[in-house]
Amino acid sequence: MVTLNINGKDKELDALPEMPLLWALRDVADLTGTKYGCGMSLCGACTVHLDGKAIRSCVTPVSAAVGKKVVTIEGVAENHVGQAVQTAWQKLDVVQCGYCQSGQIMSATALLSTNKKPTDADIDAAMAGNICRCATYVRVRAAIHQAAETLA
Amino acid sequence: MALPKNLNENAQQEILNVSRRGFLKGAGGLTLGVILTPALSRFASAESPTFAPNAFLRIGTDNTVTVISKFIEMGQGSYTGVATLIAEELCASWDQVRTEGAPADVKLYVNAGMGVQGTGGSSAMAGSYEQMRQAGATAKAMLVSAAAARWNVAPDTITVSKGVVKHTASGRTATFGDLADAAAKQPVPQKVTLKKSEDFDLIGKLKLQRKDSVDKTNGTAIFTQDFKLPDMLVAVVAHPTRFGAKVQSFDATKAKAVPGVVDVVQFEAVNPYCLPGVAVLAKNTWAARQGRDALSVQWDETKTFKLGSDELFAQYKETATKPGLVARKDGDATAAIAGAAKVIEADYEVPYLAHAAMEPLNCVVKLSADRCDIWNGEQFQTVDQGAVAQYLGLPLTQVSLTQLYAGGSFGRRANPHSDYVLEAVAIAKAARAKGLNVPVKMVWMREDDMRGGQYRPMYLHRARLALNSKGELVAWHQRTVGQSIMKGTAFEAFGMKDGIDGTSIEGVSDMPYDVPNLQVELHTPDNVGVPIQWWRSVGHSHTAFTTESLMDEAAAAAGKDPYEYRRGMLTKFPRHKALLELVAEKAGWNQPLKPATGKDKRGRGIAVHSAFGSYVAQVAEVTVKPNGSFKVDRVVCAVDCGVAINPDVIKAQMEGCIGFGLAAALHGEITLKDGEVQQSNFHQFQVLRINEMPSVEVHIMASTEPPTGVGEPGLPPIAPAVANAIFAAIGKRVRKLPIGDQLKKA
Repeated sequence: MVTLNINGKDKELDALPEMPLLWALRDVADLTGTKYGCGMSLCGACTVHLDGKAIRSCVTPVSAAVGKKVVTIEGVAENHVGQAVQTAWQKLDVVQCGYCQSGQIMSATALLSTNKKPTDADIDAAMAGNICRCATYVRVRAAIHQAAETLA
Repeated sequence: MALPKNLNENAQQEILNVSRRGFLKGAGGLTLGVILTPALSRFASAESPTFAPNAFLRIGTDNTVTVISKFIEMGQGSYTGVATLIAEELCASWDQVRTEGAPADVKLYVNAGMGVQGTGGSSAMAGSYEQMRQAGATAKAMLVSAAAARWNVAPDTITVSKGVVKHTASGRTATFGDLADAAAKQPVPQKVTLKKSEDFDLIGKLKLQRKDSVDKTNGTAIFTQDFKLPDMLVAVVAHPTRFGAKVQSFDATKAKAVPGVVDVVQFEAVNPYCLPGVAVLAKNTWAARQGRDALSVQWDETKTFKLGSDELFAQYKETATKPGLVARKDGDATAAIAGAAKVIEADYEVPYLAHAAMEPLNCVVKLSADRCDIWNGEQFQTVDQGAVAQYLGLPLTQVSLTQLYAGGSFGRRANPHSDYVLEAVAIAKAARAKGLNVPVKMVWMREDDMRGGQYRPMYLHRARLALNSKGELVAWHQRTVGQSIMKGTAFEAFGMKDGIDGTSIEGVSDMPYDVPNLQVELHTPDNVGVPIQWWRSVGHSHTAFTTESLMDEAAAAAGKDPYEYRRGMLTKFPRHKALLELVAEKAGWNQPLKPATGKDKRGRGIAVHSAFGSYVAQVAEVTVKPNGSFKVDRVVCAVDCGVAINPDVIKAQMEGCIGFGLAAALHGEITLKDGEVQQSNFHQFQVLRINEMPSVEVHIMASTEPPTGVGEPGLPPIAPAVANAIFAAIGKRVRKLPIGDQLKKA
């Protein structure tokens, strides 16, 4: 048993310390918004926040999250930046199949938390780790700009 | 997939009220079904045991309108499109409408364009346009009848707008929910009149929020990967590394020692297109994966396919020296080439491609003695239901399929051999045989998905084009070599004629250009043991690259502008021509391209192509650096898909098709060495990332033609548009995909 702070609440999870955080969230904590896409930190579908930083949960063991704050897509809107990103995503209908979009939103939120007015180049650099096979990238850029405007 | 000429033929139909038939138990209010006219007389009696309504919507007493979509939502916007059509005629408020997936029942939910229940061939809107509006209009008429009876007024004094039923003279109003129970008891109108297009409130309007936008941005959308049942075990599999291998023996000792692993089972390849293997069943995915990695499996490789891609291409080139089956013959291409002023000879090559949807394949199966329930991003209900029923020896009625969101598909989840669905069932069956009577979720890891076959086939196109002394294109001879997608499937009779698979040469054999001497030949090697499948835009994914690149070669050889050259040869295809003119205008083709800085070179290329009844033209602008690296800066896209039902979804699909097509044009390649697939994950199978995505402008041609699809037609033109832009920039002709580092070698 380990205790993790997920979306502001302490949760006791029946997970081994070496289990990747991704599977602890999905299969043990029943928070399935965070997705498996590659298992090798190549696609970004599993992106969550660990103490506010975007990390790939598929290669982060549960032990590395103990004592830190984990935020997932299910809790991202509790933060005003995350809420602005989620709203922009919905306004611009960024999603297509939607499978990667939790990770996109988590990465975008982390970007806007440190860079309040990112350029296209900033966005490309920060978001290049998040693959979208539907190629919603044009709208990902537009939605990040829109969220930045609402936060300004 | 090719489609019949007129999908809208299914417009002739009858709407039936199924609210009181227990069709959807527990659903109060009004439920409407639709049946097709040819069978109508048989259903005249409501008590007929053969009564088979096709339920497309229900209205609850809570005022919710639930649209039931026979087309899966895998990103292409079908849930939004179907809802738009029903809500338009129902005069519903957009916010009160939700969409859910239909269960498997081909009688109720056939896709008229495919002859089965399934989603493909960019057919959802073409197949829904009349049928769903009829369903909506009928429901509206019954709501009006109910209100008229309640208020004791004439139906024609009642109006419906944005979900409110109103008697203007008295000011009385009611919601759909208020009237749902009463409406269910109303007779079904024999005939309803659909709105004129100028009266549309929703169709063609910017912009309705996608029906899947909210749940896909807050983590609540349920994909197969997320679906759970009590006591369910997760299965992660070991597949062979070569196609055609079988399990010889395995040692599960170490796998069973992994905490959380419950059991290990061997499963069979249900048909020759399925993979055999060993599955590790565990309480969670991580344990199953650890267990799988700890397995030791010996494979029997006596009948495996052991060639590499290079050897296959060499074989294809040898094959291309011989005449193939003739798919099209106009005039005498050989004679015209012999007497030509100028001849272009070129080989165009494209590789195997994986679909590589973001959600790796998976499937949930609950098996008992007399039934099988499946949950999955289900794209091919009739085929999968039939295959599973046959395998298990069950009647179709005992095999249920629940359609969840698919995290992408691009064709993969409509496998004509039901490969991954049967694999999941085979695992559940093997588990049950060992006394494990629990639901099983089979989860392929990314590597299993990428190396599991079912690829877009590799093709060689060998072409000879002839120009006369005026530069006019007088002959086109093309020989295509590649595996058949349709052969051996239930669609063989539908997709193949006289040994020719139409999907291998679609887009070449039906090219729109005025070429007096045209010959298209096809070789279909049947000794290649690599499982293949349709991939977004099917044959067009490679034929547009050859056709539109060769047109560019011809224009260059003639010393003509590639846009004007094409335009002059489209006399019989006005929609192509008008679209080409639109994209050229919007892209500023007649103005000089903004020059590059420093030693960079810029160029732009144009392409137009028709697929699945829609037309798309694109202009791509590229910048090439002195070291051969390049970037696609901007794509201007024009699309003619008939009536534009959801303009924003159309734009999104064009953007997505361009990005998906660019991934293949720039990087996409599955290669084999000694029969083994060399790519396993995204570090080796490169896809498009945001930093490579160009800016995209989409222009929709105004049209009153019946709507056609947009999920695939935006893809074919992008590879040739980019290749032609590269030629314009640096004079190098790209004849092989992916472009990769070809420019660097130049």
